[in-house]
Amino acid sequence: MAEAVPVAAESFAGCRARAARTVLGQVVLPGDELLLPEQEDPEGPGGAGERPLRLNPGTRTRVRVVCGPGLRRCGNRLLVTKCGRLRHKESGSGGGVYWVDSQQKRYVPVKGDHVIGIVTAKSGDIFKVDVGGSEPASLSYLAFEGATKRNRPNVQVGDLIYGQFVVANKDMEPEMVCIDSCGRANGMGVIGQDGLLFKVTLGLIRKLLAPDCEIIQEVGKLYPLEIVFGMNGRIWVKAKTIQQTLILANILEACEHMTTDQRKQIFSRLAET
Amino acid sequence: MQRGLDSETKKQLEEEEKKIINEEHWYLDLPELKEKESFIIEEQSFLLCEDLLYRRMSFRGFNPEVEKLMLQMNAKNKEEDIENETMELDVSDEEMARRYETLVGTIGKKFVKKRGQVNYEEDENGDIKPIKPKKMFLKPQDSNGCHTTWLQRCLVKVGGLFWSSSCWCL
Repeated sequence: MAEAVPVAAESFAGCRARAARTVLGQVVLPGDELLLPEQEDPEGPGGAGERPLRLNPGTRTRVRVVCGPGLRRCGNRLLVTKCGRLRHKESGSGGGVYWVDSQQKRYVPVKGDHVIGIVTAKSGDIFKVDVGGSEPASLSYLAFEGATKRNRPNVQVGDLIYGQFVVANKDMEPEMVCIDSCGRANGMGVIGQDGLLFKVTLGLIRKLLAPDCEIIQEVGKLYPLEIVFGMNGRIWVKAKTIQQTLILANILEACEHMTTDQRKQIFSRLAET
Repeated sequence: MQRGLDSETKKQLEEEEKKIINEEHWYLDLPELKEKESFIIEEQSFLLCEDLLYRRMSFRGFNPEVEKLMLQMNAKNKEEDIENETMELDVSDEEMARRYETLVGTIGKKFVKKRGQVNYEEDENGDIKPIKPKKMFLKPQDSNGCHTTWLQRCLVKVGGLFWSSSCWCL
């Protein structure tokens, strides 16, 4: 967090398309146009001289590139729709994945995301679940593990649901399920009693869920606890006592803007008590 | 003369007309289809981009069920590609071969019809070979002391083959 973010000055010009390779890790702004490696203009600035000599330049290697959140394909152009840092990940085959690592609080449902929702209404066969998006998601009573027409799941209004989106696009009502493709719950379903639900930014959720995240490992050493992370920015925690639960919630909320040293200080203080 | 020429030109004209109609019929007035396949795939989920951990966690035995699930899911993500290559073998290839060696005969028998049933024999190399029944002339049995059935039907089984022979006794 401490490192300075190099804002590329020319990005304010907006209209100039830049090669995605050169702005990796830099801030990109909505409206910027990116050029993929195979699209790079040979007549571009500095391009002609530096380009390595290629055998039969007529045939271009068509590698598939995935553009993740924050990027949009427009014909053959790649446009930025969110502001944040441009990230890239190599994948086994193809040109890898590009996405924008952005900070935001508003959740937009995405197919396949696991989220925490609150049941707001029960109408016939369908539950309405508030997931923090623009519209409540629908959840069928049959979309639970072991549920049949006769054997209804015990879901009440106000319950917390941990589920996954199967339908989520800009034109349709989002739909959730609490089973995977094999019909197993895999941890999804109604989240147990008690515990505390709070909201954080979407960026913090991803930060905490990163495989090399130290925060979670340190938190895990403090008390016996259970956490559920929803990609919609909701975190549910539960520990043995209410006091511990509150401490955990506060730590997780605060660690977004703490340096490593500050965090370690707090954790050592908590471990003493 | 005049009429003959007329008919010929008529035919020609007709053919030409047909050709034109045919061409008109079978020609689609469409702009040429260009290659529209895009090599950019849109994907709005962070899951694909960042290798995120399993989103339910439990520590220090608070919820053993979740703890087990969490270990399982996180391990799966990590070792997905490694495991594919070095899948642990419960039964080694050799053991498998040894086991099936003895089964070849028994299972083989199942698929052989009664009529074509043959005995298997191992030769000196350990290969299994069917014994061919030797065909030979079967001499009708003489009835020395035989009871007086004037038509006797008997089944003689030689090497799995049924021979039905009838012998006449007087």
